[in-house]
Amino acid sequence: MKQISLVILRTLAAFACIFISESLYAQQAPIRIGFGMALSGGLAAGGKAALLTYQIWQEEINARGGLLGRKIDLVYYDDQSNPATVPGIYSKLLDIDKVDLVTSGYATGPIVAAMPVVIAHKKTFLAFFALDANGQFKYDRYFTMQPSGPDPAVAQAIGFFNLAKNITPKPQTIAIVGADAEFGQVAMSGARQLAKREDFNFKIVYDQSYPPNTVDFTSIVRSIKVLNPDLVYIASYPPDTAGMLRAIYEVGLSAKLLGGGMVGLQFAALKQQFGYQLNNIVDYDYYAPEPTMKFPGIDSVLEKYRTRAAAAGVDVLGLYIPPYAYAEMQILEQTVTAVGGFDDAKMADYLHKTVFKTVVGNIKFGPYGEWDPGRELTVQYQNIKGNDVQQFKESGKQVILDPPELKSGNLIVPFTPTKQ
Amino acid sequence: MSQELLFNALITGLFLGGFYAAVSVGITIAFGMLDIVNIAHPAFIMLGAFIAFYLNSNFGIDPLVASLIAILPAFIGGRLFYKIYYYAFERHGEESLQGLAFFFGILFIVEVGLLLVFGVDYRFVEANYIRKTIDLGYISLPLRLVIPMIAGLTIVAAIHLFTSRSFLGRAILAVSQDPGALRIVGGNPVRVKEIAFGLSIATAVVAGALLIIIQPVEPSLGREYIGRVFAICVLGGMTSLSGTVVASFVVGIAEALTTTFGGPSWAPAVAFGLLILTLIVRPEGIFGR
Repeated sequence: MKQISLVILRTLAAFACIFISESLYAQQAPIRIGFGMALSGGLAAGGKAALLTYQIWQEEINARGGLLGRKIDLVYYDDQSNPATVPGIYSKLLDIDKVDLVTSGYATGPIVAAMPVVIAHKKTFLAFFALDANGQFKYDRYFTMQPSGPDPAVAQAIGFFNLAKNITPKPQTIAIVGADAEFGQVAMSGARQLAKREDFNFKIVYDQSYPPNTVDFTSIVRSIKVLNPDLVYIASYPPDTAGMLRAIYEVGLSAKLLGGGMVGLQFAALKQQFGYQLNNIVDYDYYAPEPTMKFPGIDSVLEKYRTRAAAAGVDVLGLYIPPYAYAEMQILEQTVTAVGGFDDAKMADYLHKTVFKTVVGNIKFGPYGEWDPGRELTVQYQNIKGNDVQQFKESGKQVILDPPELKSGNLIVPFTPTKQ
Repeated sequence: MSQELLFNALITGLFLGGFYAAVSVGITIAFGMLDIVNIAHPAFIMLGAFIAFYLNSNFGIDPLVASLIAILPAFIGGRLFYKIYYYAFERHGEESLQGLAFFFGILFIVEVGLLLVFGVDYRFVEANYIRKTIDLGYISLPLRLVIPMIAGLTIVAAIHLFTSRSFLGRAILAVSQDPGALRIVGGNPVRVKEIAFGLSIATAVVAGALLIIIQPVEPSLGREYIGRVFAICVLGGMTSLSGTVVASFVVGIAEALTTTFGGPSWAPAVAFGLLILTLIVRPEGIFGR
């Protein structure tokens, strides 16, 4: 009997040893955050900048001793800017790599493609720069790092329209043109809705989308010029933005207000290329180095990013992607710390009820993960001289005109291209 | 219909056509004459664009001059690619599917190589003509479109002269028609195809320099052109350089007119609709035999 007791005791001791050693190992194993990211293809300019910012955050938090006492490990795959690759990537991350947390890649297309897999696994999902990606899914564990607000379809254009209606005399006509792709279509749809709204009531005289492989835009711009609209709303991707601006200067298209949804002007490459030619163009943006947006910590993030940007071959200014990518990781950090782990239901609940303090200011999410309230900026390029990219680090170059609480200057009208 | 819009649309179409000719002539040589489905051709166009960017941003060399500097290395590189392709696939009669996979691989290697070297940002070039426009009454002639058109047509004319006046050029035409017959008269079809393929890659590199004059580029942008360049090659009659030029102008003018009067979203539909119509009436293409 004594011998049997001894055997049982030894067996229990052995199991206890195994259990304790596994627990200790688990405590030391890193927290693995998985995501697909556009590291090649058309979205790579944004994807690589986001990845570099995540890595800066990872190094900082690991230097502080990690999250919940564990180091952070980023597990990522190149989605090639191709939404078709995304479901496979997220299946691998969740079923094979068994990561602790998943976040999204960059931009709407890949994020929408990830949603079915993420929803099937009931994961809490932080999405990075997605325009209305949860509009169809209505998934209550989705949270987007895009300040569009509860009505993302009109958010891109509302600032432009708010400015337009206050111009004296009030503009009467508008031309709407944009890329025949997901972002362009959503932004144009928002602009159409707003143009017909009673408080704006602009007559749409041109409403066309163009295919993504359009080489030259002079025919489009000339067609708009003939109609002489008061307002020109453009929802374009970076190469189209460049083509459109060149055509605007070549054809000599003027308007009381021009711009609105031009993707690409947020990046250093186009800022440098067009320089002074951007003066008086109005565009959406998410961050501008204006006194009204000097949130705690933002300068330090930008400084760290800029010291490494050139070597990484990414946007050297980092005004568009890095502030929000860093804020996303701050939100993740605050959430995991608060709930003490990765329980998706608890994380989602915490994300819904909390106001997060980040380097881009306070953020609160609404029922379906959009910002509540939204805070999309409408900026106007002013006082730009020559083509020196460094000037865009200063205030007074991208003056914030909307929303009113962040306003840093006054609108200048009209936009008139000066031919060289 | 406004006369101003009509004339400007026609002129824009001509500009686009001249540029499309430069982009498509390499495909006409490789795909039409040599029967090599070089799906990597757009990647070589991007390579040319980035060579022009590198020489322009680091040494201030004009993109057109940069393309001339790149022609010889591109020609030699093209010959090397053909040798690999020939010894690995064509010689064994495995060029159809495996050769296609080979060029897909080359496309991704070139694209990722550019991405690693130059990063993912959009790249521009600077030249004193890029921001200039000549105004003739209500017609405006942006030099960033005029110069690629002239350069594009010059390339095609030079290749046309080469293929019609030189012995080697005629041998290239001969190999496109009957490699066996060329061998009977003492020619070496493999060597001739090697030279022709080198020429095809050299034109792609020049087309890349023209592209970066027109618009900013990033490494994956070339994929956008695959459909259009193959369509122009087929529309022109596959083996005909004159056909390629005419087809390029047809597509360019159709796109510009449709964009101006019908809306830009219809432009590809009209251009490809023309291709289908032409192939119904003339299955061999405009200048096909």
